[in-house]
Amino acid sequence: MAVDTLLERITDYANRPDPYPLYAELRAAGVVRQTDGSYLVGTYSEIVALLHDPRISVDRRNLAAPYRGWVDEDQSVSFILLDDPEHYRLRSLAMRPFGPPHSPGRIDAMRGEIAGITEDLIEALDGRTRIDIVDDFAYPLPVTVICRLLGVPREDEPTFREWSAMIIDSVDIKPGEDPTGRQRAGGQARAEMGRYLVDLAEQRRGHPSDDMLSAFVNDTDPAGRLTREELATTAVLLFVAGHETTVNLITNGVLTLLRHPDQLDRLRHQPDLLPNAVEELLRYEPPVHLRPRTPLANIDVAGTTIPKGASLVLVTASGNRDPKRFRDPERFDPTRRDNQHLGFGSGVHICYGAPLARIEAQIALGALIPRLGTATLVQDPPPYRHNAMLRGPRHLPIEL
Amino acid sequence: MPGDLRQGRIVIVGASLAGLRAAETLREEGFTGSLTVVGDEPYPPYDRPPLSKQVLLGKVAADATGLPMRRDPDAQWRLGVRATGLDPVGKRVLLADGQSLPYDRLLVATGTRARPWPDPREAALEGVFTLRTCDDAGCLAERLAAGPRRVLVIGGGFTGSEIASVCRERGLEVTVAERGAAPLVGALGGTLSKFAASVQRAHGVDLRCGVTVTALRGNGRFTGAELSDGSRVDADVCVVAMGAVRNVEWLADSGLAASSQGIACDAGCRAFDRYGIVTDDVFVAGDVARFPHPLFDYQMLSLEHWGNAVAQAEVAAHNMVSSGPLRRPHLAVPVFWSSQFGLNIKSVGVPTFSDEVVIAQGSLSDGRLVAVYGYRGRITAAVTINMAKWLEYYQGLIETAAPFPPGPGAADGRPLVAEFSVPSNVPDPKGLFHGPTVALTGHLPDYRLAVGRPAG
Repeated sequence: MAVDTLLERITDYANRPDPYPLYAELRAAGVVRQTDGSYLVGTYSEIVALLHDPRISVDRRNLAAPYRGWVDEDQSVSFILLDDPEHYRLRSLAMRPFGPPHSPGRIDAMRGEIAGITEDLIEALDGRTRIDIVDDFAYPLPVTVICRLLGVPREDEPTFREWSAMIIDSVDIKPGEDPTGRQRAGGQARAEMGRYLVDLAEQRRGHPSDDMLSAFVNDTDPAGRLTREELATTAVLLFVAGHETTVNLITNGVLTLLRHPDQLDRLRHQPDLLPNAVEELLRYEPPVHLRPRTPLANIDVAGTTIPKGASLVLVTASGNRDPKRFRDPERFDPTRRDNQHLGFGSGVHICYGAPLARIEAQIALGALIPRLGTATLVQDPPPYRHNAMLRGPRHLPIEL
Repeated sequence: MPGDLRQGRIVIVGASLAGLRAAETLREEGFTGSLTVVGDEPYPPYDRPPLSKQVLLGKVAADATGLPMRRDPDAQWRLGVRATGLDPVGKRVLLADGQSLPYDRLLVATGTRARPWPDPREAALEGVFTLRTCDDAGCLAERLAAGPRRVLVIGGGFTGSEIASVCRERGLEVTVAERGAAPLVGALGGTLSKFAASVQRAHGVDLRCGVTVTALRGNGRFTGAELSDGSRVDADVCVVAMGAVRNVEWLADSGLAASSQGIACDAGCRAFDRYGIVTDDVFVAGDVARFPHPLFDYQMLSLEHWGNAVAQAEVAAHNMVSSGPLRRPHLAVPVFWSSQFGLNIKSVGVPTFSDEVVIAQGSLSDGRLVAVYGYRGRITAAVTINMAKWLEYYQGLIETAAPFPPGPGAADGRPLVAEFSVPSNVPDPKGLFHGPTVALTGHLPDYRLAVGRPAG
């Protein structure tokens, strides 16, 4: 088929269960302008080069008019959509209560708590012969974890789940469709969720508790304070990212292991392999498939000039299967070495929550694997979520 | 006969980073013969970068920086024994204990040692240190922990600056005496060295530039030093950080091209003899090697870099068990890093191989920046301060000899800064190439502008 329809085909819901043949087609085609004017890049070394190129922007306001879609100039955005130096400043502030250098032990100290939440979820499965990995396990786990970490009441889930769904729909890539409606809805959901999270944080001002919202408003270093608006966008980003991606990682993990019973068996006997297996999952079935960017100057990529302001889509999940980088890339190999996958991206925007996602996936799969002895997939492929960028099953029914 | 190369006897002299990585690689590449690793220190291979940082800070014990092994190299370790000579005809390495080791192929990875204070009597004063080995680091860490009133650091290169940083972090008074105009000038050039000087002063370092130390004073115990400007520094600890000396003396009678600049070898790590004929059974890797690099006009580079030791050892090992066209060149672009005064400094390329420099991203006032170096219109190096994640991009530009200055468009570039380059104020590389003191050998960390004395 024509290579200029690749983006349409990759994002077509009918191809959600298996986009990988399209990625192979993309790598063979090189960098080609798509019917909607976007440029797709799917080869590993080109993606890595672009992720480290200071002339590549994540800020949608730098897109040329035809690609820009709906942008609310009055609404500020989070650091995932900002370039340095603003990106650096805000990300560093957000990192203070989460990781090094200010909070080096924070995530590691959550292991016990995450294991406890996992045990509770698994206990609730006792006696059941049929479960949905997504609704019964892979969704509630990271949501409970991010709620505790940020300090959000778990019982508010019905409210925030809706907002989160609208927000991730608004950032999905759907060529040939007018994005105004969903982007406007996403903007509104962001604003509402931002107010909700800032209210929660404000309740803790002067009454510090052991969560990140509290840390953000009670930081005593004047250089370390987010403004109210920055707090809103940052908290929304962390909350949404914390519960829309790890669910895919865990679900894709279970799906992949049930499709590779020999490897499942191996992990049951060699749990030490689990950290390595999670890295391989991040390569083989990553939770995030596409990253949008735009060049700030005309740039040459593998012989094609991508014009300033064009929409540029990095197909990181395709880079993960590039045979020029990974030996036998279509094979799921939990013992794989030299596995510098793009599951968390690369460069300055590399996934903020990666250490947490790793620990969650290792603990979740480690606890689940012993239960999957005779498990079988009820439906293969399972029904997928609509999102092409954040790809994962909507449900994963299995028989125990 | 390639099959034969996987058998026989290989001796590696040098049991540090390059020696270990070479030993592992030999086994990975299928070498099944006997492998012997000789090291003059009594310890298994350990990592040196933490010695001037975490170890001096007391966060890591001096004996706790052992290098992880990627695999068991299945080697005979001859540790605590110095190699004293080489008989290239009889193919034997002579050892200090009187024994000798026969080899079919030899890898020389003897590295460097700290340049000692030139006056042995003054150097022997209690309280005078150098820093190269874990024993050095252990003793110095102990002295710093005891809370000396003032520490004098001679030499403002990377090691000297890192030691000064540790002193300030420990709350100790420290004086740095630097022969050049500013710290790190020998490695980074004038522009960034001014920044380094302001950072040191802002952190409370008593920085004396443009001076040399003329004498160390003390009666058995170090009490202070005389400077060339007539002043005197009272201190009870002195760290001599005047760069490194290559461990080549044991090869003096070997006929190899070994000099104070290192052992010359080809891009495939094969040593030259002193007539410039390449050998086929003696290989060189790590700090002790001098090798031609095509990106830098085929100048013979000597690098005291962690990453170079690893990359070159891997190439050397590969070539020791591979024949003819299967051999590989060592083409890695030089990379090094330092952490000091809360800054992460990282460099790619050869900053001293330059005539101009621009700030392509960030700014001096932010304390975060990318400085890009050019030589005759092409990019030859980049240095990041707290912006290391961008370095890969500039490495690509260096590797492709991209035009200098780099094009505009960086999201955080300041156009007014990026458009105007300034002289990088390093000694003109052109002048250095043909001079008697070979060029880029000294571009490195601790070296060039410390208090060293001119030869002769």
